[in-house]
Amino acid sequence: MKYILKKASMMVLTLIAVSILVFLAFNLIPGDPATRILGTEATESQLQLLRQEMGLNDPIYVRYLRWIWNFIRGDLGESYSYGSVSALILDKIPITIWLAIMAFFLMFVISIPLGIFTARHEGGVIDKIVVVLDQVIMAIPPFFSGIIITLVFGLTLQLFVPGGFVSYKIDFWGFIGYLVFPAIAIALPKITMCVKLLRGSVIEEISKDYTRTAYSRGNTTRGVLYRHVLKNAMIPVITFMGMALADMVSGSIVIEQVFNIPGIGRMLLSSINNRDYPVVEAIIMGIAILVMVVNLIVDIIYRLVDPRIEAIND
Amino acid sequence: MCGSEKFEVILSVNDLHIEFHDHKQPQTAVEDFDLELSKGEIVGIVGESGSGKSLSALAIAGLLSRHDMYKSGRIMFEGEDLLTCNRRKLRTFQGDEISMIFQEPMTSLHPVKKIGWQTEESLRIHHPEIDKKERRLRAISMLGKVGLHEPERVYDMYPHELSGGMRQRVMIAAAMIGHPKILIADEPTTALDVTVQAQIVDLLKSINKEEGTSIIFISHDLSLVRQICSRVLVMQKGVVVESGSVNDIFTRPKNLYTRKLIASIPRVDLTSEKKDI
Amino acid sequence: MKLSMIKKFKDKKINSFLLWGLILTGIMLLIVVIGIFWTPYDPTKMSASEKLQGISLRHILGTDNKGRDIFSRVMYGSRITLGIACGTMVIGAGLGTILGAITGYFGGFLDEVFMRIVDAMLAFPSILLALVIVSLFDSGNIVVMVALGIAFIPSFARIVRSEVLRCRTMDYVENARIQGASDFRIIFRHIMPNITGVLWSSVLIGFNNAVLAEAGLSYLGIGSQPPYDSLGNMLSSAQQFMVKNPICVLGPGFAIVWMVLGFSFLGEGLRKKA
Repeated sequence: MKYILKKASMMVLTLIAVSILVFLAFNLIPGDPATRILGTEATESQLQLLRQEMGLNDPIYVRYLRWIWNFIRGDLGESYSYGSVSALILDKIPITIWLAIMAFFLMFVISIPLGIFTARHEGGVIDKIVVVLDQVIMAIPPFFSGIIITLVFGLTLQLFVPGGFVSYKIDFWGFIGYLVFPAIAIALPKITMCVKLLRGSVIEEISKDYTRTAYSRGNTTRGVLYRHVLKNAMIPVITFMGMALADMVSGSIVIEQVFNIPGIGRMLLSSINNRDYPVVEAIIMGIAILVMVVNLIVDIIYRLVDPRIEAIND
Repeated sequence: MCGSEKFEVILSVNDLHIEFHDHKQPQTAVEDFDLELSKGEIVGIVGESGSGKSLSALAIAGLLSRHDMYKSGRIMFEGEDLLTCNRRKLRTFQGDEISMIFQEPMTSLHPVKKIGWQTEESLRIHHPEIDKKERRLRAISMLGKVGLHEPERVYDMYPHELSGGMRQRVMIAAAMIGHPKILIADEPTTALDVTVQAQIVDLLKSINKEEGTSIIFISHDLSLVRQICSRVLVMQKGVVVESGSVNDIFTRPKNLYTRKLIASIPRVDLTSEKKDI
Repeated sequence: MKLSMIKKFKDKKINSFLLWGLILTGIMLLIVVIGIFWTPYDPTKMSASEKLQGISLRHILGTDNKGRDIFSRVMYGSRITLGIACGTMVIGAGLGTILGAITGYFGGFLDEVFMRIVDAMLAFPSILLALVIVSLFDSGNIVVMVALGIAFIPSFARIVRSEVLRCRTMDYVENARIQGASDFRIIFRHIMPNITGVLWSSVLIGFNNAVLAEAGLSYLGIGSQPPYDSLGNMLSSAQQFMVKNPICVLGPGFAIVWMVLGFSFLGEGLRKKA
C-alpha cells in the first residue's frame, strides 16, 4: 500500500511537471493567439479587447492555474476553428481507444503463446524462423506495414475497403471490422518485441535453480513451465506491455493516416497543420495522462506479481 | 549406527556412468559409481567440486534428463531402474519417495511464490486426494517440525523475507512433506554460516532418527560428514576412490587422496576431542 | 552446482547476426555515398513520357507519378533520412549523455528536478514529442533533426545517469577521488570509458528509432519538405499510385526496412559478442 501511494504521488508530481511544460510550450512559443484568431489585419484595439476577454493579459501563473483548473473540470477550452475541444475529443476518442485496445488484444493473444512456444523449443525449426522473422518485422515501420496490408489485403485480396471507414455510431461491427487490419499494423512490431522478450525471459528463468527444485518435487515439464517459470518470466513482459499500450496510442496517429480513420491522431495532425493549439494542447495532455495512468497500473500489477519490489524500494 | 550392521537395502546404484556429449570429445564426469543405501542410513559422498558427487546425486534424483548427456548403469529403487524407466514412473517417485535439497537455498526456492505454496507442492502433485485445509495443516506442522517459529506466519511469507538458514529449513520441510524414503542433500550447508550449518546438520540427524528417512549427504567438508554419516564414499575426478564406514576412513585411510582430504580439515581432531570431553 | 553453469557449456554459436548486419549496412552506406556524387538520373527531374513505369533496365526501380527515377530518389532520400538520424543521435545521445552524467554524478536537488523533467518527457512517445516540437516551430529537415534530438535526450540521460550512479561508488572511482582527481576528470576519464559498451548499444537502438521516427514524421508530411524528400515523403506521395505501380511504395519502403534491419542486426550481433 505504501508502495502504491508512493508511486501515485510520484505520478502526480510528474503530471504537474508535464502540465507546466506543455502550458509553457504552447503559451510562450507560438506567439499571440489573438493575432492568430483575428488575423494580421486586425487593429490594436480589437486585439487588446480579445486578449482581455481571453485573459491573456493576466500574469502567466494565473493563466496556468486557470487553465489547469478548467482542465480538471473537463473544460478543455475552445478550438480556434471548431468550438469546444472537449466535445471534439469525446467524439473521436472511442475510435482511437478501440484501435489501441484491439491492437493490444492482438499482441496479447499472439505473442504470449508464441513466446512460450519458441522458448520451449529453443533451437528448433519454428524457433529459428520466428527469431529471424522477429528481426525483420521489427525493422518495418508500422505505416509501411499498413501500406503493404492495404495493398495486399485491401486492394488485391479485397478483404476490406481501404478508406471505407464507418463510424461506431452507425454500424459498430462494421467499425470493428474495419479496424482489424489497422490494429494488425499497429500490433505487428509490438508482437515481435514481446515474443523476443518473453522468449528470452522464459529461457533465462528455465535455467534458474528453482526450476530444478520444481522438477525434484515431481512436476511435469508443463507444470514447471506454467506454475513456476511463467510468473517470473512475465515480470519484464508486464513492463513492456504497459509501454506498448502507450506506444500504440501514439502509433495510431500514423496508422489512422494510412487507413483514413478519423480518430484522435487525424485530429491531432490536422490541428498541428492548422496551428490550432488548444486542441493540440488538450490531446497532448490527454496522452500524457493516459501514459502515466498505465504506468501506475503496471506498477500496481508489478507489486501484485512480485512481492520483492516493496523490499527493494524501502 | 554403524555401517557394518545389515539393514534392508532400498536403493542400489551399479556401474553408473555419466558422460557429457556437448564437446567434440565426450567427457566422462562419473565412472563406475556404486552405492547401496539401507533403510534409515546416512551415507556421505565427499569430494572437491567437479568430482562428480553432485552429478551422481542428481542422477539418483532423476534430475539429469538432458539430451547431451549419456548415462549408463542401473539405479534400482522399488524394483524400477530410475535410469531407464519412463518419465511418468520417475515422477511418481520424485518428491514423494525421493526428495532432494540443494546447495543454494536462496535461489532454489521460487522467489515470488509463498512459502506455504512451495512447501505443500509435493502433496498437491502426488496426493490430490488431500484437500486444501488438510494440506495447509500438514505444511504448517512440517514447517514447525523443521524448527521454524510461528509456522502459520511463515506459511504466508515469501523467501526474500527469510534468512538463509530459514530458507534451507523451508527446503527441508518441502522435501519431507511427503515423508520420502530417501532424502538427497546436495551440500545443504555450504552456503550458510557455521552456526547455522550445525543447526541444519542436527535437523537432518533428527529427521533421520524420527522419520527413518535414509539420507545421502553430499559435501566437500569431511568434518561435517563425520558428524552425520555412518558410511562415506570419497570421490575424485568422477571415480569413487575409497568407501567404508566413517570410523575406518578416518582412522585408517587407504587412499592417498583421502589422506590429503583428512589432513586438510582444519584441526578436526581438536574439535572432536573437545566434543568427547 | 548451479544450473546456469551446466548451460554455459553449450552456448557457442557462430555470430551470423554481426555478419549480416555488416553486409546490409555496408551495401546501404556504399549506395548512399555513391549517391552523393552520382545518381543514375537527377532525382528531381520529371518526365511526362515516363510516368509510373515498372521495373526495367532503364529504371531499375521504375518511375513515380511524375516520371522521376525511383532508384535515384531512394538514393537521395536515404541520404536525407540517414543524415537526420545521425544528427538526431548527435544531439540526443550527446546532450543526454552529458546531462545524465552530470546530474547522476552530483545528485542532489538539481538531479531531482532534472529527473522529474525527464520523467515528464518520457511520458510522451518520442514521435509524439517530436511532433509537438515541430508543430511549435516549423517543418524542415533541421527542425525535425533538433526536435527528434530533443525527444531522444531523456532516454539517453536516464541510461547514462543510472550507469554513472552504479559506477560512482566503485573502487576505482573512490581511488581516483583519493588521488585528487577533479570531478570533471572523474566523470569523463574514469567513469565514461566504463559505460561506453552500454552507450553504444543504446546508440544503435536509438539510431533505428530515429530512422523510424523520421520516416514516420515525413510520412505525415511534417518532416522534410519537398524537394528534399526523405523516404517517408516518398511513401506518402506514392501511396495514391500504389495500385497502378506498387514499386512506388515498395522501393522506398524496403529501403527503410533495409536500413533499420542492418543496424538492428549489427546491434544484436555486438550484443551477442559481448
